[in-house]
Amino acid sequence: MAKHHVSFTVNGDPTEILCETNATLLDVLRDELELTGTKEGCSTGDCGACSVTVDGRLVCSCLMLGVEANGKSIGTIEGLANGDKLHPLQQKFLEHHALQCGICTPGFLVASKALLEKNPDPTETEVRYWLAGNLCRCTGYDKIVRAVMDAAAEMRGA
Amino acid sequence: MQETVKKLTPEPDYKIIGTRPIRPDGVDKVTGRARFGADYNLPGQLTGRVLRSPHPHAIIKSIDTSAALALPGVKAVVTRDDFKDQASEFVPAGEMLINYRDVVRNVMARERALYEGHAVAAVAATSPSIAKAALKLIKVDYEVLPYVLDLDAAMAPGAPVLHPGMITAGVEPAPKQESNVAKRVEFILGDVSKGFASADLIVEREFETKPVHQGYIEPHACLANFAEDGQADLWVSTQGHWVVRAHCARLLGMDVSKLRVTATEIGGGFGGKTVVYLEPLALALSRKAGKPVKIVMSRDEVFRASGPTSGAKMRIKVGAKKDGTITAAEGELKYHAGAFQGSPVGPGCMCAFAPYDLEHVKVVGYDVVSNRPKVAAYRAPGGPISGYAVESVIDELARKLKLDPIEFRLKNAAKEGTQAAYGPKFGPVGLVESLQAARAHDHWKAPLKENQGRGIAAGFWFNIGGETTVSLALSEDGSLVLMAGTPDIGGLRASLCMMVAEELGVDMNSIRVTIADTQSLGYNFLTGGSRSTFSSGMAVVEASRSIIKQACERAAKLWELTPDAVEYVDGAVRPAGANAGKHPPMTLKQVAAMAGKTGGPIVGSSSINAHGAAPSFGVHVCDLEVDPETGKATIIRYTVIQDAGRAIHPAYVEGQYQGGAVQGIGWALNEEYIYGADGKMQNSGFLDYRIPVASDLPMIDTVIVEVPNPRHPYGVRGVGETPIVPPMGAIANAMCDATGLRFTSLPMSPPRVLAAIDAARLGKANG
Amino acid sequence: MRYEAPETLDAAVALLTAATGDARVLAGGTDLLVQLKTDMIDPGLVVDLKRIAEMRQIKKLPDGFHIGAAVSGAELKEHPELKKHWPGVVEAANLIGSTQIQGRATLGGNLCNASPAADSVPALIAAGARVSIHGPKGRRELAVEDVVLAPRKTALAKGEFVVSFQVPLRAKGMGDAYLRFIPRTEMDIAVVGVGVGLTTDANGVITAARIGLGAVAARPLYVKAAGDALVGSKLEAAALDKMVAAVRAACSPIDDKRGTIEFRIKVAGVIARRAAITAYERART
Repeated sequence: MAKHHVSFTVNGDPTEILCETNATLLDVLRDELELTGTKEGCSTGDCGACSVTVDGRLVCSCLMLGVEANGKSIGTIEGLANGDKLHPLQQKFLEHHALQCGICTPGFLVASKALLEKNPDPTETEVRYWLAGNLCRCTGYDKIVRAVMDAAAEMRGA
Repeated sequence: MQETVKKLTPEPDYKIIGTRPIRPDGVDKVTGRARFGADYNLPGQLTGRVLRSPHPHAIIKSIDTSAALALPGVKAVVTRDDFKDQASEFVPAGEMLINYRDVVRNVMARERALYEGHAVAAVAATSPSIAKAALKLIKVDYEVLPYVLDLDAAMAPGAPVLHPGMITAGVEPAPKQESNVAKRVEFILGDVSKGFASADLIVEREFETKPVHQGYIEPHACLANFAEDGQADLWVSTQGHWVVRAHCARLLGMDVSKLRVTATEIGGGFGGKTVVYLEPLALALSRKAGKPVKIVMSRDEVFRASGPTSGAKMRIKVGAKKDGTITAAEGELKYHAGAFQGSPVGPGCMCAFAPYDLEHVKVVGYDVVSNRPKVAAYRAPGGPISGYAVESVIDELARKLKLDPIEFRLKNAAKEGTQAAYGPKFGPVGLVESLQAARAHDHWKAPLKENQGRGIAAGFWFNIGGETTVSLALSEDGSLVLMAGTPDIGGLRASLCMMVAEELGVDMNSIRVTIADTQSLGYNFLTGGSRSTFSSGMAVVEASRSIIKQACERAAKLWELTPDAVEYVDGAVRPAGANAGKHPPMTLKQVAAMAGKTGGPIVGSSSINAHGAAPSFGVHVCDLEVDPETGKATIIRYTVIQDAGRAIHPAYVEGQYQGGAVQGIGWALNEEYIYGADGKMQNSGFLDYRIPVASDLPMIDTVIVEVPNPRHPYGVRGVGETPIVPPMGAIANAMCDATGLRFTSLPMSPPRVLAAIDAARLGKANG
Repeated sequence: MRYEAPETLDAAVALLTAATGDARVLAGGTDLLVQLKTDMIDPGLVVDLKRIAEMRQIKKLPDGFHIGAAVSGAELKEHPELKKHWPGVVEAANLIGSTQIQGRATLGGNLCNASPAADSVPALIAAGARVSIHGPKGRRELAVEDVVLAPRKTALAKGEFVVSFQVPLRAKGMGDAYLRFIPRTEMDIAVVGVGVGLTTDANGVITAARIGLGAVAARPLYVKAAGDALVGSKLEAAALDKMVAAVRAACSPIDDKRGTIEFRIKVAGVIARRAAITAYERART
């Protein structure tokens, strides 16, 4: 199968790869770049475990071809913390015990970060609808929603 | 309000138990570092893929793999011929009974494909696309047979028989005719005919539930590496790697100890990751190819070929006196087993009336095979199904007797000394306390609006103990290495470290905990039965106390005292009294530093078969609103009240309550396996297998009731499973409160609810 | 599979026309990638249209909004004016899947995937939207309701694709709404979807009404009779009942994993009534 030369940035780092046409961005991240923090839960855009940002826009990386990433700026869970300092969302997920098994957590964090960048003061309903595409089977979402709301408050300096 | 812990006994002076520290594996899980099943890779690994039957029932006449093997890049193909047949006998595997005749057939079809999605062959190739292409080159000659999916149809005379020669066990005299009914079970207490004769009111109803999937977000995944000398490694997302080791070694015909199994981080299991699917295939492929082989299921495969739990048809009959005393209870339960016997109908029968103190009980269960995927354990296996039916009938009795549903349950509630129909007499249990907490809760008194309803239901789960090994090593600087063997699905590492820290009086952060592989620790039964915090907790307490004992011995040696003249208080050894001399206390750190001089390394270990697990009762209160024009129900308030025994880490106990409740909400309202006329599953993805999403739900309030388990050092009962037992009953009862209609079939999806509402309207108009 | 990302309309047409096997256009990819992944399709060529400038713009011109077919739902929502003019269209587009899907899914894809249940299509029908199609023979236009012929089948010829959608500017007295029924609150495919576009006069009398239906027939429907039932009324009960009857009469759904025939017909009327009330409120404010 023909391979495409694709260059983009991941979490700010310039990256070049050779990518099969039918490889998804998720395949590229996990298999080529070994960034396995982005998870595969369904590969049909129904679970949100593979959430990443592309030029700041939240997407499912399973629903985008790797070749489409050419020239784009990709953000993944591995880029959330700043050096050894956790992002406030990461810290609040820990403090609120907002994860049990943890497989959905990277997707929730990436999606929540995208939410707070757009809407720093979301209502509970806004958080719930924004995150409706991120499935969690362990927590019933309660502690996740609380963690996001609390992180938003902290980031607003409230 | 949430985060309520109801202390019903005087709280011992704990420093750490009952607090909410950050979990030891937390940072790895919020940064993407944690490695789950599909995150492991080895140099030179091959991609494995599984060919699955497109037919729900067919004889496999032949399999021709030659074209696939000839494809460049294909390194191995395995079929039924690569697995030795196993005799039909039930052998113990941990606390379970396993029939390897069925296990070998479920991982790879032999004589027949018994459900759509049944594995027929597997390939290993140098790339995913070659593996996929190879599957298309495997020629399977099927003789398609009539299939059966429905329970009653499967039980009817003349139904297509899945396993020729299968005779129903548990029936005297044994039937002469083969059938799809694998087993009949029966639990009897007293004499129900006598009990019903003294009833003022009897309610009898029939119920139906559909198979539902555990729905873990991480698909099954494993990586196998079989070396030429017969030693092998396996990395797998599982609830029990020693159990995986036992099954795989048996199926591959190898010594158990030659297979090292490492449990990766596990992305949810809920019982569904207690059995093997891909693992024996990956090992067999790796053995043939001489290279590592990784296999990951697609979501479609997860639905078609793993999980689900049973659907069921049930008849429940309960009689009561006018004053609310239940006089007799009877149930007949038929559970789907899927393609091989082994539904959870036994525990379903045992749980059915467990919340009630009854004189006369009779429950009969049937284990029925059909052309569906073999059921796997799902959180309190069997309990939620019968619980839904029984709690619906209890609610109807309370309504008809004009009794408050909490008072009615309190009057009949199981308590210490109650003889359960399934055998034991209960020790101290917390159902009465949970019902009282429900009655006292704001939620119970909050007003409701038009089209809204409130329901309540109780639930029970046994909880188990079992074989457990841990090891706790005191490092030379006083920090500790803890190795446990029960995979951590939801915060176990935190609870274990907290118990060690409490025992030793040390900082929890000085303990690093690992879920050890099968090579590094003695046997551990799996994480299931709500046993991990109970059993591994019991073991870490024993290991900690062994460390304390050794520390005292070392100090005694140094101080030239007898060990009983040294005591361990607040993380330090000191003379046990004035007579023992005036030695200054020595911290654990100081003991560790001189361990080499006082006798060598200090390691505490514990290998136990944990006994004394105690049941946990819960009570759920649900408010919902029904749109009478569309039949859609929206959960508007939900409260879980449950006896935890003792909450080691209350946040993770709440998490279990909330997560179980929400899985139950999905089961009640929308989740079901849907089949087409062709016998194939039509909703094998999260788009149409509708698990609850964040916007479907309110916050889930919790109350942790604590009636300590006297047989655990910290009073732990186990909390993971009970929370999924009451929701379907609570929601059905709330639906009845809102609409006046009794919903006896799950899920209560909008088309069903609207049809019932319309039929009732029509009935009223015509009547 | 070959991947091409042309930068002009003509280059895209040339690629699609020259293709010998199955060729697919890629916009947001939220349907296409699922079909690829599940082996429903195996195209020899995929033409990514997102590098063609015209397809990625929303332009406000005197004759209305021209919305590029490859504009994502999230971008529609962020447009400062579109939502004020056609809230129903923007809301419908934003009901397609999750936030993540919104980041990619497009109006063009939602239409040309040719699902009877596409959320944006009934809303676009109600808005009286037209599509501009580019192909080997140049440009042509179609009403939105004439694009989908049957499940997975459109009126587009080989080499043709939808470039943009045109909706008129909202005049005073106009209002639209789209509502759908799903079993959950999000993440489901519509079991029933209804778009309503109304024009009222100064007295609140409806002078024109368009109603689009989704998921109740083999393709999205424009139900003229349902709209006509509202014309001349102030949305009184009698007119609503007549509209609901016309909606139900237009339904010819199937039983499937998402709903029954009976349920879909019944709920189509319920949802149409609710959507009409919202559209009317919007028309009056």
